[in-house]
Amino acid sequence: MELECLPFELESAPADAGTLRRVAIDPVSRVEGHGKVTLLLDAQDQVRQVRLHIVEFRGFEKFIQGRPYWEVPVMVQRLCGICPVSHHLAAAKALDHVVGADSLTPAAEKLRRLMHYGQILQSHALHFFHLSSPDMLFGFDSEVAKRNVVGVAAAYPDVAKQGVLLRKFGQEIIRFTAGKRVHGTGAVPGGVNRSLSGAEREGLLADIYQIVGWSRHAVQLVKRLHAANPDLYDNFGTFRSNILSLVGADGALDFYDGRLRVRDADGKIIVDNFEIKNYHELIREEVKPWSYMKFPFLAALGPREGWYKVGPLARVQNCDSIPTPLAEAERREFIDHGHGAMIHAPLAYHWARMIEMLHAAETIKDLLHDDDVSSDDLMRGGPRQRQGVGIIEAPRGTLIHDYRVGDDDLVSTCNLIVSTTHNNQPMNEAIRRVARRYLNGRELTEGLLNHIEVAIRAFDPCLSCATHALGKMPLQVELQDAAGQVLQRLSSTD
Amino acid sequence: MNAAVPAPRKLRLATTSLAGCFGCHMSFLDIDERLLDLVDLIEFDRSPLTDIKHCGPCDIGLIEGGLCNAENIHVLREFRRNCKVLIAMGACAVNGGLPAQRNHIDLGQCLQEVYLTQPGLVGGQVPNDPELPLPLDKVHPIHEVVRIDYFIPGCPPSGDAIWKFLTDLLKGRTPRLGHPLLHFD
Ligand code: SF4
Repeated sequence: MELECLPFELESAPADAGTLRRVAIDPVSRVEGHGKVTLLLDAQDQVRQVRLHIVEFRGFEKFIQGRPYWEVPVMVQRLCGICPVSHHLAAAKALDHVVGADSLTPAAEKLRRLMHYGQILQSHALHFFHLSSPDMLFGFDSEVAKRNVVGVAAAYPDVAKQGVLLRKFGQEIIRFTAGKRVHGTGAVPGGVNRSLSGAEREGLLADIYQIVGWSRHAVQLVKRLHAANPDLYDNFGTFRSNILSLVGADGALDFYDGRLRVRDADGKIIVDNFEIKNYHELIREEVKPWSYMKFPFLAALGPREGWYKVGPLARVQNCDSIPTPLAEAERREFIDHGHGAMIHAPLAYHWARMIEMLHAAETIKDLLHDDDVSSDDLMRGGPRQRQGVGIIEAPRGTLIHDYRVGDDDLVSTCNLIVSTTHNNQPMNEAIRRVARRYLNGRELTEGLLNHIEVAIRAFDPCLSCATHALGKMPLQVELQDAAGQVLQRLSSTD
Repeated sequence: MNAAVPAPRKLRLATTSLAGCFGCHMSFLDIDERLLDLVDLIEFDRSPLTDIKHCGPCDIGLIEGGLCNAENIHVLREFRRNCKVLIAMGACAVNGGLPAQRNHIDLGQCLQEVYLTQPGLVGGQVPNDPELPLPLDKVHPIHEVVRIDYFIPGCPPSGDAIWKFLTDLLKGRTPRLGHPLLHFD
């Protein structure tokens, strides 16, 4: 097919491409964090280069060095305000090993799971209803003024309301288990510092059946969208790749713990039961000069063949089953949609994400019924260790935290591989395919450019999480205060 | 109500995240179902919730995050030019917040470590494309660069605090958070 695009094809314009015209989408909107897309077009309006740039630096890994280890689960949340619980728990899980708690009390593990599934619920609801649904409900090139959550509230008040209340419920689960909706303090190395009272559980249980019901509606809504336009939903930005995620001990979907599994693009398992503490043997990262976000790949396959997708689309197809009945039935229907082949369509992320949201709601219901979450047996410890690796399936995919802690209790090294980083190459591939298919040779309207963003949004990137490094640019800049006084002057030679 | 009275003009609200984690925007959404009431009173201009890429004339601007690169400064100035009332929302905007922890680190060394010497890297190099905005050597609070009308502390301020603040402003009152809503964690 003439419009097909090979992996990496539009990553760099050919050197002989002449004077190319630059078009930027800046900032990418209705996503979390800071990113921009640049396109280079030739005189015939053919797309020659497409890149998603991550433009911000944080330096977390560096400034966590030298901090006492017990501060870390609270600090790292400030990487990301949409999924703070994921960072909070990945750090706590890593540091559990440092305090010698290789397993937790049942109460602590269940309370952390409750917190985490609350997070999955709120994050998935936010992403679908507040950020992405306007594209799907109104059309990718619909009117800008309406293409947002306010427009959804006006045109589909029930959908907007359910989205807002689903997110609210997830946030409330987090507040009860972590003490605060954003940047709480519930998990500590070795366990948790609070449990739920009977009254708190009663209060949450009063709403959970409605929440499960609305989550089912959300899955139905996505299925209707797919059914109404199967060609678009199956083919928009579609490319083949490996997939990677955690899988629970019995092969079941598990967001909190497990081992790594990788499937190739045909669905064949190529890595299984991989111990997370050896992640550095599995994954390497490539640096490219035009993005602060690195490009991870499987060491055994190399940067050209070894990149992979993470997140809902990977997880729902990587596991053997989902351990709650309603979500499992939906998973089977989803798998059937592929007719025996892996589903690689970016827009199918939304469908998989809503199945996961339903699973999170069902799991929260079960945990709220479990008396362990009211137990006072919350902490464990053991012989001190020098290193800990924590891994979790964050809403956006596999999240790895790795710390070394000295005998003085201070962190000596920290390495983070954040969910969105794994999807760096996939997002770039998706937008190159969309650019080639929809933008080539056409006058670039706002609506056409939004097609690029629709493809990025499908991955639910958290570009704020993905910005933990910094660079040196061939530019000069002056920072002046309001009175024109120079505060700082920088140039590439500094 | 007297049907002859025309509905008051909706106020225009713009929001942005500079060097922040989006937690303050999450807290803004933590007004929950009140969001559906708010949209009767305001309309959104540039915000991560809309596809408006540049701020136009607005009544209220909410800024999350401090300044960590050249682009943050351009965006902040665009907001100041366009917003009648500009608000620093949350610890990062007010005083730099957690990202300012990097202020005692040498950037050059950090670069080398993250992009060159860290184990498991292929093609180690410091990203240096002109498309990437120049990072500032220190993270700065936003009031050092433009005039700010109000500061809301907290990391993040709670949804209730943001709601109280906005509703006071919308009703033409001087915003007051009061003790229970004023916190710094
Ligand atoms: S103040 Fe806190 S919640 Fe707000 S952006 Fe900064 S770190 Fe995030």
